[in-house]
Amino acid sequence: MIIQALAFYVFAFVAVAAGVMVIASRNPVHSVLFLILAFFNSAALFVLLGAEFLAMILVVVYVGAVAVLFLFVVMMLDINFAALRQGFLQYLPIGALIGIVLLAELVFVFASWTFSPDVAAVIAAPTPAAAQVSNTHALGRLIYTHYVYLFQAAGLILLVAMVGAIVLTLRHREGVRRQSIARQVARRREDSIEVVKVPSGSGI
Amino acid sequence: MTLPAMLPALPEIFLAVFGMALMMLGVFSPEKRAFKTVCTFSIAALLATLVLVLANPGGRGVAFNGLFIVDGFALYMKVLVLIGSVVTLLMSERFLRHEGMDRFEYPVLIVFATLGMMMMLSANDLIALYLGLELQSLSLYVVAAFQRDSLRSTEAGLKYFVLGALSSGLLLYGCSMIYGYAGTTEFASIARVVSAGALPAGLVIGLVFLITGLAFKVSAVPFHMWTPDVYEGAPTPVTAFFSVAPKIAAIGLFLRVMVGPFDGMIAEWRQVIVFISVLSMVLGAFAAINQTNIKRLMAYSSIGHVGYALMGLAAGGRSGVTAVLVYMTIYLFMNIGTFACILSMRRQGSMVEGIDDFAGLGKTNPKMAMAMLIFMFSLAGIPPLGGFFGKLYVFMAAIQAGLVTLAIIGVVASVVGAFYYLRIVKLMYFDDAAEPFDTPIGKGVGAVLAVTAVITLLFFVGLSPVVEVADAAAASLLQN
Repeated sequence: MIIQALAFYVFAFVAVAAGVMVIASRNPVHSVLFLILAFFNSAALFVLLGAEFLAMILVVVYVGAVAVLFLFVVMMLDINFAALRQGFLQYLPIGALIGIVLLAELVFVFASWTFSPDVAAVIAAPTPAAAQVSNTHALGRLIYTHYVYLFQAAGLILLVAMVGAIVLTLRHREGVRRQSIARQVARRREDSIEVVKVPSGSGI
Repeated sequence: MTLPAMLPALPEIFLAVFGMALMMLGVFSPEKRAFKTVCTFSIAALLATLVLVLANPGGRGVAFNGLFIVDGFALYMKVLVLIGSVVTLLMSERFLRHEGMDRFEYPVLIVFATLGMMMMLSANDLIALYLGLELQSLSLYVVAAFQRDSLRSTEAGLKYFVLGALSSGLLLYGCSMIYGYAGTTEFASIARVVSAGALPAGLVIGLVFLITGLAFKVSAVPFHMWTPDVYEGAPTPVTAFFSVAPKIAAIGLFLRVMVGPFDGMIAEWRQVIVFISVLSMVLGAFAAINQTNIKRLMAYSSIGHVGYALMGLAAGGRSGVTAVLVYMTIYLFMNIGTFACILSMRRQGSMVEGIDDFAGLGKTNPKMAMAMLIFMFSLAGIPPLGGFFGKLYVFMAAIQAGLVTLAIIGVVASVVGAFYYLRIVKLMYFDDAAEPFDTPIGKGVGAVLAVTAVITLLFFVGLSPVVEVADAAAASLLQN
């Protein structure tokens, strides 16, 4: 038990510290690397919770795809971060004020956390006991049966996002030579090769 | 799940499948004809969906484990949204071809946006609400930036996207708080938790965030900043679309969320709604006075109209919901008509958008001036035109609910607002004629103009059946 608690505090501390470093470090590449560290620690926290599927997804999707994409973007775009930070001090007081007010409100709300008495009766999709099914199985059952409508709707949203990206950026440029496999295959010997009898000594 | 169990969602399923088929059609038809073909088929698909919606036997239907609900209210609002989408598509065809942006993705995106709106109106769960809203918004961001070579259009799209994403974030935060404190995302179960009494503070704060997100989507003050810029920058048919269908859908969603699951908290949310309603009406009336661009003016006008619609919501109850439904019905027709006029403002082949360009229209094009006169009087709320009855019902509902001050502010704001509508009428009939607009304005736009003008003018003839249907729809919303 104590090992588990110890592991939790280590992972949680590193995750929070990495999160701070993401916004504090000067070099944007370091920021992305700290972000990856934060993802790994969050995945470890999921494992501690017994949610191994979410942990793996976090590593595969966020570290494997999203963070690498971030890294590409940061390295490819020439962003002057010093210029971006100008005016930071100027807006700091008002930003800090709003942040503190919001934080105070949240503390106030969460300090009085009480579930409403009916909660047990209204739970939409109760999870089966962990001993019966693995959580991958349980999630799959929910997503593909109970929430199939939402799953399909999310798919449509992604489709629209893809269409939008293509519509707004794809331009058909003139004069680009494209590969046409049909034309390549249909090409015959007579079209491209000409046998020329060259009398010796006169050239072509 | 068997097929009959999905039957309540038939129009949506049909539209989703057809939307994807349209995309294939666009890709595989010859490039020259793709836009025209897809446009025609999109209009046909939307009309077929309208028929499917109308063919619903009525009564309450639930599908997908209670995530999706169909009732009289959803049907009523869906009909309005579909009419809005079909008419905008009819009007945009010529404009898009003229401006060289006739790519077939436009009608496809409009179809998907409409699908998103229908999903919003049928949402019976916080997650379903969010997904419908996002499907709609994402399509709208893209069509706002559709004129990608124009700086103003891309700016409009980007601005809309950034602020829309922010508002979605607020909305999601509110949803997660509500989920945290109520323990469920289903509307019916939330209603049970709310009516059980002893509200936790977190639920109220979650609701406030949810209202903020929704107020962004309907562009109510103080979350309206994006509206004038987006309306001005987006291509005109897109602006026409923005000002009707998404607004009606968002108001419908607002009603469903407030009157449905959170009905028991009316004491908590009424003050918020009253506040944003007053601000919207006042800002809509005063900020529009200085405008010189007609699309910007219509943006402020729509902010004001949202204020009146929210007054009906603040009144709550059956009469309040009925009033909003009647208001949105007439709003749809007069707004589409006004935009049909704006779309025909074209001189020597290029669009003009200044208010001064209306000068002398009464002499150069009496028919169009007459139509514009009807729309302006109606927007200002002058009897016996349609807009008057919309306002009348809203004010009556507010007074019935004891919100007399709110109603008085509404009347004063509508008097102030009448100034800028009447200014356009004065320009058209009493100022020296400017160069006439290009004629002919095109069959689609012309037909829309004539039909909406007649509907706005003769709305009082069909008033009682409309009110009757709206009342039944309101009753169906309240019994959930």
